[in-house]
Amino acid sequence: MAEPELPGDIVRDDAPAFTSKDRDERGGAAPNGESSVSGVAVTINRPASELYAYWRDFGNLATFMLNVEAIEVKDHDRSHWTVAGPNGSYEWDAIVTEDVPDTRIGWRAEHGDVPNSGWVSFTEAAPGRGTVVTAMIAYSPPAGIVGKLVAKVTQKEPAIQARRDLRRFKQLMETGEIATTTPPNREPKS
Amino acid sequence: MRALTWHGKHDVRVDTVPDPEIINPRDAIIKITSTAICGSDLHLYDGYIPTMQAGDILGHEFMGEVVETGPKSTLKKGQRVVVPFVIACGSCYHCSKQQYSGCDNGNPADNQDIAQELWGQVAPGLFGYSHMTGGYPGGQAEYVRVPFSDVGPIVIPDGVDDDKVLFLSDILPTGWMAAENADIEDGDIVAVWGCGPVGLFAIQSALLMGAHRVIAIDHFPHRLSLAKGLGAEVLNFEETDIYDALMTMTGGIGPDAVIDSVGLESHGLFVDNIVDQIKASTFLGTDRPHALRQAIVACRKGGRVSVPGVYGGMIDKFPFGALMEKGLTLKTGQTHVQRYLPALLTAIMEDKIDTTFMISDRMALEDAQKGYKKFHDEQNVCTKVVLKPDWAKGA
Ligand SMILES: NC(=O)c1ccc[n+]([C@@H]2O[C@H](COP(=O)([O-])OP(=O)(O)OC[C@H]3O[C@@H](n4cnc5c(N)ncnc54)[C@H](O)[C@@H]3O)[C@@H](O)[C@H]2O)c1
Ligand SMILES: [Zn+2]
Ligand SMILES: [Zn+2]
Repeated sequence: MAEPELPGDIVRDDAPAFTSKDRDERGGAAPNGESSVSGVAVTINRPASELYAYWRDFGNLATFMLNVEAIEVKDHDRSHWTVAGPNGSYEWDAIVTEDVPDTRIGWRAEHGDVPNSGWVSFTEAAPGRGTVVTAMIAYSPPAGIVGKLVAKVTQKEPAIQARRDLRRFKQLMETGEIATTTPPNREPKS
Repeated sequence: MRALTWHGKHDVRVDTVPDPEIINPRDAIIKITSTAICGSDLHLYDGYIPTMQAGDILGHEFMGEVVETGPKSTLKKGQRVVVPFVIACGSCYHCSKQQYSGCDNGNPADNQDIAQELWGQVAPGLFGYSHMTGGYPGGQAEYVRVPFSDVGPIVIPDGVDDDKVLFLSDILPTGWMAAENADIEDGDIVAVWGCGPVGLFAIQSALLMGAHRVIAIDHFPHRLSLAKGLGAEVLNFEETDIYDALMTMTGGIGPDAVIDSVGLESHGLFVDNIVDQIKASTFLGTDRPHALRQAIVACRKGGRVSVPGVYGGMIDKFPFGALMEKGLTLKTGQTHVQRYLPALLTAIMEDKIDTTFMISDRMALEDAQKGYKKFHDEQNVCTKVVLKPDWAKGA
């Protein structure tokens, strides 16, 4: 944080805390003291209500979240997640901690291998541009920093995945499909 | 099927590879009837474009017949189509502004990180042009899968030769957009660097858009003769001091608009923190950015700089002072192909634009390896190679 010299000096700018260069300030964005925090935003040319509705139906998320192996919806606010990680699968229950229709969904993991929490928000973009979808993900890598490094190398690092997942969400919502070059279940050709 | 595949520097081969299949609902499969080798392909051939993988199918200028459609394709089996080299969704913000080459959704999400790191935002998907632009198999093949087939391909009426419409896929709209970006006004003198296919179409387009004179620059006598045939005055940079000549020929003013259709593609495509494999291929010894510097310095005060030539990264000694002090306007970009197709097809049908004059070689797809070598080694006479998948080898 900057030191004020003159009254009215800006001590904290308008950027989201998760973009801060200051580790502490960045960490302050973690809802439950998780060690790693990151955020990403994407603008999707669709109405917020449609994007919120798709997302809130958690069973849909596996469609565009590549590392998610399964999401089992248990009740309105609880779902069980199985996610591929660098050393096999991780599991947790995600509990909805915040739910503002068409606006914001927050969650937190319970009974899990990887402490994590986050939120996704849907805000109207400039006229004609659809909705800004912002996601924040906080987590504590299972094996500390080593786990995180390994995850980075294997590109299963949650922040990288979140960025890619949001791109896929945008593709699906805007075009009805997810760009790929891989045929599903390609049969080996002779 | 048979396809031209990349295996490394100066190593392309016609191989047997799996047929493409419909993957997404908006896809179509095209049986290719004509496919060209582009100046951009030479940079893959020379090994300067990162994120290529052995076995990648090349080709981004192609046309053919629709043989299979996904449930959401609007094409019909049997239609003849030309396919834009840019894969654009038609529904994102950029597409809604007809900035198709800015499309957010054509490139698989996992391939978008490199462009986002290098350029700040994601790159579009392109056919047959490395994995950072999607890793899509290209069209120098018997068949190709075309995503978003309801948006990109343009249907060609029966009875129009492939040769007349093939270049709608890339170089014709590229030359056209280059001239459009030059914002040509009455009385303008336009200087065009590079008389390859892109430069030649830029010359033709500039004249159609009302340029008073066009001055074309290259060093290949045959390419200069094609430029002259279109109505340009020509300069050979090996024989003539280009700046002095342009200043004299414009009465000491400088050209009103300058077009760089040389490009340097791979040069400086790489920033410091990209992997060594990429760094190793940095094209340091080149003098090709010379054309862009020269164009900016020659351009008159308040003039316009249009850059269809491909650049990928950093360039040294960019005369930014000249750009600022002279108040120049700079416009560039990968071509928004889809934007120009209907009007250009009409112009071709009305014989206002001739596209066939630059085709120097037609050969079988089976002979594509020879085609690459010739286009690479004999640039003066070999101005454009068109490959035919249904011709017999050696035909
Ligand atoms: N913007 C786009 O979407 C788009 C599309 C297609 C091609 N391109 C790019 O346009 C450029 C030209 O493509 P092409 O197919 O015509 O390639 P090409 O290689 O056939 O032509 C380039 C020409 O530039 C000439 N040249 C080289 N140095 C020169 C100099 N210093 N001064 C004047 N002329 C010089 C060469 O002799 C050659 O004739 C390439 O960079 C290509 O990648 C861009
Ligand atoms: Zn091209
Ligand atoms: Zn788009």
